[in-house]
Amino acid sequence: MRSWFVNPWGRPRWLLLVTVLYILWSIVPVAIAIMFAFNNGRSRTTWQGFSTRWFTGATGSVLHDPALQGALKHTLFLAVICVAIATPLGVALALGLQRWRGPGAGTVNTVMLLPLVTPEIVMGVALLLLFLKVFPGIGVGTPAQAIGQVTFTVSYVVVIVRGRLVSVGREYEEAAADLGAPPHDQLVRVLLPLLAPAIIAAAAVVFALSIDDFVVTQYLSGDASTVTVPMLLYSTARAAPTPALNAIATVALGITLLTLAFAYLVYRRFAGGREAAVAAALEV
Amino acid sequence: MGSRWTWRALAAPGVIWLAVFFLVAFYAVIAVAFGNEDSLSQPVPFWNPLDWNVGYVIQVLKNIVHGEQFLTVFLRTFAFVAIAMALSLAIGYPVAYFAARHAGRWKMLVLLLLILPFWINYLMRMLAWINLLSPDGWATRFLHTVGIEQLFIWLGLLSTEGGWLDGQPSTVILALVYGYVPFLIIPLFAALDRIDQRQIEAARDLGASPFSGFLRVTLPLSTPGILAGCVLVALPMFGDYYTPDLVSASAKTNMIGNQIDQLTRQGSEKVVGAVLTLILSAVLLVLMVYYLRATRRAGAEAAEA
Repeated sequence: MRSWFVNPWGRPRWLLLVTVLYILWSIVPVAIAIMFAFNNGRSRTTWQGFSTRWFTGATGSVLHDPALQGALKHTLFLAVICVAIATPLGVALALGLQRWRGPGAGTVNTVMLLPLVTPEIVMGVALLLLFLKVFPGIGVGTPAQAIGQVTFTVSYVVVIVRGRLVSVGREYEEAAADLGAPPHDQLVRVLLPLLAPAIIAAAAVVFALSIDDFVVTQYLSGDASTVTVPMLLYSTARAAPTPALNAIATVALGITLLTLAFAYLVYRRFAGGREAAVAAALEV
Repeated sequence: MGSRWTWRALAAPGVIWLAVFFLVAFYAVIAVAFGNEDSLSQPVPFWNPLDWNVGYVIQVLKNIVHGEQFLTVFLRTFAFVAIAMALSLAIGYPVAYFAARHAGRWKMLVLLLLILPFWINYLMRMLAWINLLSPDGWATRFLHTVGIEQLFIWLGLLSTEGGWLDGQPSTVILALVYGYVPFLIIPLFAALDRIDQRQIEAARDLGASPFSGFLRVTLPLSTPGILAGCVLVALPMFGDYYTPDLVSASAKTNMIGNQIDQLTRQGSEKVVGAVLTLILSAVLLVLMVYYLRATRRAGAEAAEA
């Protein structure tokens, strides 16, 4: 009788079936793509035995092909730069917005959220025209790519850090103030340590978003030295590629997932399980 | 702590960054759209609204009104997005419902598996399907063996055997569903998970059948999640150009994103591209404002609770 109440559609077996099929559909194609990264042959459709030649082989592998290696290095370089700029920028903005009352706060809040919902092609076109027409001195290329990525990742930092700010509350700062700590000490010695798990989680999310970004990075790319892994996937997926393409995608995926797993563990260790679940939801 | 100016000073770098690289950048689109072209057909933006030249905007609007190429592309985009959104909802609702209500102790694992596709590069997910749907790919062979290929050909959704990747609108729509359905499932899951179980039990106590209980209690209560999810999949779909490029690579399946991409990034008609970007933004602004208001309302409710 209980299940009758819980489930208004009769037996949920078909729901279970749909869910299992959906999860298989969403994961298995990618798993097959990863499997073919280890194919011992040039085909991406016929299995020819296991090999790591497309990762470390002497020719055409991720490790030794100049184009693949260059794309991987540039992707990671951009991600490091993006984290280094977007994290402090976003943390400061989150702190400022949290306590900023009065005129302007609402507008800034809205503008801060806009990059999260603006379709990437609109941001890509806007930034491209900005760098061609307003900052021709910067132009397109690596600096423009980094600036573009910071512009859409900084909002994620604000949202994640602000979530933690809300849950920490104001008691600790007020206690520090009552005990005579000057504002600077309240910030550096009380608030920032409390925010540390959120800041690390935000940095990891920015790192992963930067590695995965395609549209903005492509619009702001210059010469061949500014090609990233997603751009390489786009330009060669239909042009007779070898399994090395699957291999480089697999490497990028591995880096992304390890970064996020690290961030999740740090957050859970220092901020408690319930908040980690909130953070995981926010990372979406 | 400190004066209010401390907080404003902290916010200042971020505010300036977003003002320059988001607001000014977007104004650059407007200035170019209402600007001119030089003799090398490079855009010349007109920054002062008093100088604006409406020539290119009128040219594009005429093209649309007269039913020429841009109208075709806009209508095709709306059709693709509408069908893909309906399919995403048909797949996503049962999955989100199961995860929120019936997953039991497997809930966290199911949620993790539902979130996982977010962190797999979109282009890698498309690459996976390009391999599978190539003429000798595993999916092509499987679909041939089980007769789905014949069914698609019979329905007119596929033109030749094994031709999944040669410009088929059906493949583009299915790829869009595959790409974006996770964006719909997560807000739906959140909405369904929040519903108080006792409300459904109350409906049952008052004599509602399971189906009418669902129709009259669960479904209305999950409407905000449905709407938020639909907006979250519609926005990136409207701006997508890489999915049609990768799984079709044919002008017959061009969406508005392809048109903008060809005019701005690849081509030299950046002014017309800017006009189309502006029109697309105006359409999507309605969706974005709705979404931001809905999330802010939800945030306010959560803060009260």
